[in-house]
Amino acid sequence: MKHGSRDKGQKEIRKKVVMDEEGIDRALTRIAYEILEKNKGVENLVLVGIQTGGVFLARRLSGKILSIENAQVPCGILDITLYRDDVLKKRQRPMLGKTDIPFSLEDRKVVLVDDVLFTGRTVRAAMDALIDFGRPRLIQLAVLVDRGHRELPIRADFVGKNLPSSLWEAVSVHLTEKTGTDEVVIEQETG
Amino acid sequence: MRWTKKDLLGMKDLSADEIRLILDTADSFMEVSTREIKKVPTLRGKTVVNLFFEASTRTRTSFEIAAKRLSADAVNISASASSVVKGETLIDTARNLEAMNPDIIVIRHSAAGSPHILARCVKQSIINAGDGAHEHPTQALLDMMTIRQKKGKIAGLKIAIIGDIAHSRVARSNIHGLNAMGAKVAVGGPATMMPREIERLGVTVHHNIEDTIRGADIIMMLRVQIERKAICLFPSLREYAKFFCLDRDRIRNAKEDVIIMHPGPINRGVEISPEVADGPYSVILDQVANGVAVRMALLYLLAGGSS
Repeated sequence: MKHGSRDKGQKEIRKKVVMDEEGIDRALTRIAYEILEKNKGVENLVLVGIQTGGVFLARRLSGKILSIENAQVPCGILDITLYRDDVLKKRQRPMLGKTDIPFSLEDRKVVLVDDVLFTGRTVRAAMDALIDFGRPRLIQLAVLVDRGHRELPIRADFVGKNLPSSLWEAVSVHLTEKTGTDEVVIEQETG
Repeated sequence: MRWTKKDLLGMKDLSADEIRLILDTADSFMEVSTREIKKVPTLRGKTVVNLFFEASTRTRTSFEIAAKRLSADAVNISASASSVVKGETLIDTARNLEAMNPDIIVIRHSAAGSPHILARCVKQSIINAGDGAHEHPTQALLDMMTIRQKKGKIAGLKIAIIGDIAHSRVARSNIHGLNAMGAKVAVGGPATMMPREIERLGVTVHHNIEDTIRGADIIMMLRVQIERKAICLFPSLREYAKFFCLDRDRIRNAKEDVIIMHPGPINRGVEISPEVADGPYSVILDQVANGVAVRMALLYLLAGGSS
């Protein structure tokens, strides 16, 4: 007797790489130019990366802006956990990360940086957090991937790649600083 | 590592991983207190009751500030202003509070085990803010946070605790916590202040201050609890100071980069000399600042979810 093929342990994860190292680098280069173009230079400009993926991307953008304009743009780190709308919904609290914004945001042009834009809830939380650090002149949003499915009226100003995805897929951004490789992958459970 | 306990009753119940989780969370909360707007919306709609049956300024204020910085509502009840003076029992007080549906009850009581009784009879999370001579876990946690901040680690450090070990909840909580984190603890004090078989908690025992602090990375001075008639345990405050006051000369027995801690309030010139309390080795005020962060971390971790 053979076992049926409905065995639950047989689930496979299908993985598709949609952006490789070069693709990510080119997208970030373009975003850096777009940020400079839209803001007419680096005056009053600051970058704030959302933990954890956005932090590495903000640092890379800051490096690119440095090589284009020869000017250092301040780079902050924001952990949005304390502003999440679901922070008390689960029985256990999520782990807290560090927030480090060692400069005033008062009247600055803030570019918020994240890896994936999805429901928009993270960005909503991040904007609430930023405003607690002062009243910025404006806030813009830069993301490496926009995968759609917004649940709030939020859109990005700078997008690396638009990636229409289904809700059953997981979009992951892997960065060398964290996982050792630079790639954006779509994963889906099959079977 | 995730937090799974309903209450924080003592350091004795905590694993090294749980202690590390609290300290890491507290490290992240430090930043909130440095902002211009020192408030985050995390515990909006939660109510914290500070039920203090014993005098306290530092601990109660620290819990109140911690709750408010997390946007929780804080209510303070002190024994003298409560129905305790009318003869209500602890359990009845707690059940009445429970009926008003707070989320966390912080309790300080002169009877050891009071928080444990509350934890069993009400559904709210209980935080022990000091119970008799038993435990004072939030003090131990803020002490450990300060040690980690100043020394970068806890494991392997030599820590000397000096004073009335027998009646000190701060000492007991620190011994449990520091042992769990792999530190080496030495205790010292007059024989009348040293509990029998204290060695069984995993500490070395000395009866003079010089031996206790020899080679220490950290010195924790305990307060002489004058209000608890500690005076019966030694002939006079002057004699206590003569043998056990931490002054500049005695510090030389410790490591060169020793730090001095004290849970407050200090009796200047009794257990610690003013030049040491205000001197470069002292981290007493860092302890107070870290206390707010530790309590924010605990309120955050204990705040009940909807499920």
